[in-house]
Amino acid sequence: MLSPGPADPHQTQPLLQTVGLTKRYGDFLANDAVDIEIFPREIHALLGENGAGKSTLVKTIYGLVQPSAGELRWQGAPVKLSGPAEARSLGIGMVFQHFSLFDNLTVAENVALGLDGKEPFKAISERLADVARDYGLPLDPKREVWQLSVGERQRIEIVRALMQNPKFLILDEPTAVLTPQEADQLFVVLERLKAEGRAILYISHKLDEVKRLCDTATILRGGRKVATCNPKSETAASLARMMVGAEIKEVKPPAERRTTVPRLVVNDLTLAPAELHGVRLQNISFELKGGEILGIAGVAGNGQDELFAALSGERLVKEPGTIIIDGLACGNLSITQRRKMGAAFVPEERLGHGTAPRMRLSENALLTGHAASDMVRHGFINAAATLRTVDRTTETFDVRKAKRDPEAASLSGGNLQKFVVGREILRTPAVLIVNQPTWGVDAGAAAIIRQALIDLASAGAAVLVTSQDLDELMEIADRIAVMFHGHLSPALPRAEATREKLGLLMGGASLDQKEAAHAAGA
Amino acid sequence: MVLVEAIILSVLAASTPLLLAATGELVTERAGVLNLGVEGMMIVGAACGFGGAWLSGSIIVGALCGIVAGMLMSLIFAFMTLGLAVNQVATGLALTILGIGLSGLIGARFVGERITTAPKLSIPGLSDIPLVGRILFGEDAFVYLSVALIVAVWWFLYRTRAGLVLRACGDNHVSAHALGYPVLRIRMLAVLFGGACAGLAGAYLPLAYTPFFIPGMTAGRGWIALALVVFASWRPGRLVIGAYLFGAVTILQLHAQGAGVGIPSQFMSALPYLATVIVLVLLSRARTGGSTAPAALGTVFVPDR
Repeated sequence: MLSPGPADPHQTQPLLQTVGLTKRYGDFLANDAVDIEIFPREIHALLGENGAGKSTLVKTIYGLVQPSAGELRWQGAPVKLSGPAEARSLGIGMVFQHFSLFDNLTVAENVALGLDGKEPFKAISERLADVARDYGLPLDPKREVWQLSVGERQRIEIVRALMQNPKFLILDEPTAVLTPQEADQLFVVLERLKAEGRAILYISHKLDEVKRLCDTATILRGGRKVATCNPKSETAASLARMMVGAEIKEVKPPAERRTTVPRLVVNDLTLAPAELHGVRLQNISFELKGGEILGIAGVAGNGQDELFAALSGERLVKEPGTIIIDGLACGNLSITQRRKMGAAFVPEERLGHGTAPRMRLSENALLTGHAASDMVRHGFINAAATLRTVDRTTETFDVRKAKRDPEAASLSGGNLQKFVVGREILRTPAVLIVNQPTWGVDAGAAAIIRQALIDLASAGAAVLVTSQDLDELMEIADRIAVMFHGHLSPALPRAEATREKLGLLMGGASLDQKEAAHAAGA
Repeated sequence: MVLVEAIILSVLAASTPLLLAATGELVTERAGVLNLGVEGMMIVGAACGFGGAWLSGSIIVGALCGIVAGMLMSLIFAFMTLGLAVNQVATGLALTILGIGLSGLIGARFVGERITTAPKLSIPGLSDIPLVGRILFGEDAFVYLSVALIVAVWWFLYRTRAGLVLRACGDNHVSAHALGYPVLRIRMLAVLFGGACAGLAGAYLPLAYTPFFIPGMTAGRGWIALALVVFASWRPGRLVIGAYLFGAVTILQLHAQGAGVGIPSQFMSALPYLATVIVLVLLSRARTGGSTAPAALGTVFVPDR
């Protein structure tokens, strides 16, 4: 426990301060003269779009990246950090966005790796159990990480950071992978850490959370600090405006659409995992009509990737009737055959899965479009047609790029995502299956992509959207189902799909139980 | 009884170079580096080891020459794969080709020469106990060293903090780096250890197994050592079983041929390799999650600073 400071944090000296902090990678300025002050007993939000420089800034504070110019001050004194170990010895802890955990090691081993000192392993295990219990973050030290859920993994990171008794804790997008209920539990812990006198730097792009939790917010855009403000006196819209630097186009809510015949039917799909630590799909059934968007929510790693692989034909199922597209059984048909039937697929990972990074956009257009278009004639590539596809996609979806036909890897995340989704939508598919359509995409591009999905459904296609972003699904989907441990819940109509209900399903509760609990409570 | 004793003795002798080389490779791979150049490091170790022993007249000097030669070879590998981030598979294969050529060059001078092989331990009383006496107390120093080494490696990997850090580097180098561990330095040390073990394993052949050097005398043992690491699913305990099992099949097929079993000798000679393949297939079929290969095995790591 730290000694309690004065009630008003701004009367004290900043715990950590950056002065003109700059990080240059070649010609690219990841951070451009950033000044930020963080006080004890403060939850300080760091806001910004992808690529705004948030990660670089916190990596510099944690000693992972050396600044090109400017300095870091800890309790008023300038410091130069040689590495994370030195940052930890000062009292800086970090909880990484992409967890820095080791899947094949146990919880206790993972924690031990994050501690410096000479503490014997047995003592670490015991202290781990104490800290975990004390903060209400239960963990079994002996289990290997790959067996744990995403929420439990994050607990390890947090407990590991807490075991160093940090004065200053950095959390990088901690709620991105949590259910709403898990996020609430996390906020309780954060409030307690704040009350103990610690400072927290909280990186997020969920503005509601920031408004609810944080005392101060610093906003980065294009590597520069644009503002420091009190998020509680701002609106979500004004914060978003500062982050993006422009108004964001509103997505038009889906009009009343006429649903037609079922276009995608899945009957009792069960599939063993192909990979080590994969998820087994269990008796998945649903029906998706033309003109309808079905959203699949769920915490990452609950079988979404496996479901995508089965639907797209990357993995085949024995019984053809398990998957029916437009009335034709296709469970045992290849991805190309399914494309010929009018299906289109957009995987989650745009570089490496959705596109071949070092190939040109026209070549990438060909890779998914060759089956059902004029791009191939008598076995030869029609280069003009592939370029036409690129041009049309560019125009319709506002893809910004330096050349007419650059390599896929040279596009920014948002622009590449617009290309990948646009490429499929322009083929006017009967069925579109898309995984994480706006993951890591800036707000402007996300709005364009969501609108395109709504328009496609309005034109009569069946659209299946898998996303971890509940707000996104509630914005565009007509019905929402939840995946948990390879099972798919029944789909709830949007009007009934509250965050609370979806959150419970994401945590593995069935709605019947929940209603029973309500009845018992009432 | 005498035959059984002779067979066990020759099994131990045949298994020792495999165990030594595989121990080194196990540590290397546990750090996340796949060095396919074991065969090349072994054969250079054999040539240098024999040369050192023949010139100095000392087995110990020969063994040290073999170790240093193996380490120098692995240093080339470390420079390429860790320093320049070159593909590990290609570099490892190139290292083997280089090693085979280099050993011919170094060893040409020594072909046809003979030395006295490493002495066997002899403890009056103990070594004379029937059956177990010579097996337990009558081996050469390399045999005891190889067993001590694998025990030490087990203890290091699972009981020390440094071993935990090494395993962590092999499991997820990005996380290890994010926590502030010097991934490349740790991998470099692991590769050097692997090179030292392979060099020693190679030197064992002309210093203890046969009293002379011939080009290509490792005869694929480096590849077997690589397969053994997979066979053992990267665990020291299983590695010992694998090495002795493989040595046993090698020796038993020789005895079977000698006894005139009516099976073509080519098939018999292929048995140890066949056994390895079968065990690998069985193991991969029986795999049910949990730790198998180090997750970062064979992937190049370039830290951003």
